Amino acid sequence: MKVALVGNPNSGKTTLFNELTGSTAKVGNWPGVTVDKKEGKYKKAKTPMDIIDLPGVYSLSPYTLEEVIARDYIINDKPDVIINIIDGTNLERNLYLTTQLLETDIPVVGALNMMDLVEKNQDKINLSLLSSKLNIPLVEISALRATNIKALMEEVVKTTTKREPLNLFKGTKLEKSFYALYDLFVKNGLKQPTFKASKLLENDEKLLASEEIKNLANEIKRIVEITEDSEAEIADIRYQFIEDELSGSLEKSRVLGDLTTSDKIDRVLTSKILGLPIFALIMFAIFHTTFSENFLFLGINSPGVYLQGLMEIPVEWITGGLEGLLEGAGASSWVFGLVIDGIVAGVGGVLSFIPQILVIFLFLSILEDSGYMARVAFLMDRILRKFGLSGKAFLPLLTGFGCSVPAIMGARTLEGERERKLTMMLVPYMSCGAKAPIWALFASAVFTDHGDLMTFGIYMLGILVAVISAIILKKFVFKGDASPFVMEMPAYHFPRLKNLALRLWDKLKGYIIRAGTVILASTIVLWFLSNFDFGLHMVEANSSNSILGVLANGIKFIFIPLGFVSGPDGWKAVVAILTGLIAKEAVVSTMGVLYTNMESEEDFLGEDDATTSLIATVGATFTPLAALSFMAFNLLSIPCMAAVAALKAELNDRKTFWFALVFWIVVAWIVSFLIYNVGGLLGF
Amino acid sequence: MRLKEVAPGDTVTVKKVHGEGPIRRRIFDMGITPRTKIYVRKVAPLGDPIEITVRNYELSLRKDEAQEIEVE
Repeated sequence: MKVALVGNPNSGKTTLFNELTGSTAKVGNWPGVTVDKKEGKYKKAKTPMDIIDLPGVYSLSPYTLEEVIARDYIINDKPDVIINIIDGTNLERNLYLTTQLLETDIPVVGALNMMDLVEKNQDKINLSLLSSKLNIPLVEISALRATNIKALMEEVVKTTTKREPLNLFKGTKLEKSFYALYDLFVKNGLKQPTFKASKLLENDEKLLASEEIKNLANEIKRIVEITEDSEAEIADIRYQFIEDELSGSLEKSRVLGDLTTSDKIDRVLTSKILGLPIFALIMFAIFHTTFSENFLFLGINSPGVYLQGLMEIPVEWITGGLEGLLEGAGASSWVFGLVIDGIVAGVGGVLSFIPQILVIFLFLSILEDSGYMARVAFLMDRILRKFGLSGKAFLPLLTGFGCSVPAIMGARTLEGERERKLTMMLVPYMSCGAKAPIWALFASAVFTDHGDLMTFGIYMLGILVAVISAIILKKFVFKGDASPFVMEMPAYHFPRLKNLALRLWDKLKGYIIRAGTVILASTIVLWFLSNFDFGLHMVEANSSNSILGVLANGIKFIFIPLGFVSGPDGWKAVVAILTGLIAKEAVVSTMGVLYTNMESEEDFLGEDDATTSLIATVGATFTPLAALSFMAFNLLSIPCMAAVAALKAELNDRKTFWFALVFWIVVAWIVSFLIYNVGGLLGF
Repeated sequence: MRLKEVAPGDTVTVKKVHGEGPIRRRIFDMGITPRTKIYVRKVAPLGDPIEITVRNYELSLRKDEAQEIEVE
């Protein structure tokens, strides 16, 4: 049995989905978090049900990709039952979508969500009256508190017979046109004739372009005249219907313009004078808490740096333990090299940065969950529009600070095609979590006194390049005006611990899995390539005679103008750049393998842990300017293979896809070149 | 009068929605239809967009879009 979850953005669909399926799909407090349909299983019923979480939509109109995904699923795949999630605190607008769902013959169960908030607001909903008026079963739930979920699913099992589609047009101006179309569709055997007749009167572009309607075009033209006005008429009919339904079933304690707590918070956070400074302060506080080694200017480590220090302890233990174990087993020097120099240095280096990534993710999740993210879009729209983007693009771009993959997918929530492509191309410039270890490494190795400033500067550089690229791309590639900005502002609420924990766990799991698979494999391969020559003879560790050394030296000339490949160890930076194109986590692990230049067992045992030795070597190898140039290249070039795959899937357009890849590399090269050479001219 | 010109704190009633295509439809979908009451809450710090209360929820839209909404 297939059950589809349909509802407005931010109505709690994904929370309900997680509750039903036990999955950890991402949940946030801004419209448009679910961009693709997700499937899971509800196992508590007698026969297991497939639950399909469709993207949140306000309407089944054909304009945004999400709306198209949702309506295509409903009409073509025909779920057995639709659970329509209705935000009880926002009945009128939520029921607008319901009126469209009811025009199909698919059974619908209404789940009135957020009933805890409705009670708190002292509003009253007369459930049985509303249910009888809409002619569908309604169940009051709170997805967040998991109340009444069982009752809802019992209702779903009972509600499997087809429904008589809702006819909104009786007694309206459009009655005649509707019946003419309806009869025509029934005569020609079209599925869902009520839905289609109503959509056609709404001037639905997607339906008009469909084969079955094109075939009937002449007859349709003969019987009805569809005007722009009929679209307005239908919206009016729908809302009129809802108002009639609600009269008597809803009692509001608040009148228009009354202030709730959320409104009072909002008055400060988006105020004319304080709004932008508060936003800047929040951003600074997040980076300061995560990366500063001079927390609150007290000379102590910030929580992020402190936790990172703690994380190095188990890494040290494991290194020590493995060393002892290998020695006891009498391992040969190459096994020792592979395990300690290759695997532990590579994977351990990546793992020790987990705390900082989690801290920054925690902050972003709190912003998202609390509803502040939507205000950020509100605050930033004016600025973003100058670059051909809407404030909504700020949301995916900000996600880019966490990970490019969901950010690129999140760009789907944007309405305009050009804006979507442009946003996706700018996403990698938002320094993602996987790049954070690179900044942290250089902050400790090269910029010891100004680690937080340097990190902040790198983030700013990314934003600056994004701005300049946007202006250039808008002028020459994606010409035209920005798309409209009409966005719901959700009420503020305290972030839920469960939500935050789920999200962090998800992130952590992904990171550890990558460390254990892709990174582990690539460190082993790298170790092999850097310890053997083309004749497969073992050479001096990390020498330029190794396979890797020869390859990297071959393409080193490309990077010479960028300043970070000078000296005999220059090829190592080239290798780090190359592995970084596969995954940015690999940059630090590669450097861990290549720069911890230890040749024998005695050396290993005499050394501190791998991270300390890496920091020392990198500090000695890179000048500040070369370090900046190197970081800029990593910041701006192709983010990782996962992001490339996401881009390819999202764009579905070969030309733009290849253009994006070339653009990223060329821009990275130019910016690094400018940093190194202009910085040199200025005497740094 | 257009919604764009309404001062924050005022409540107005929608007369007609102008414009065309996706944006007009989006305005309807969000509940801004003739005879709806709109309370203008505020203008963003940089002067655009604006935030309104319509049908008991908060919505933000640009002045360009507000220009298409005729109110009284």
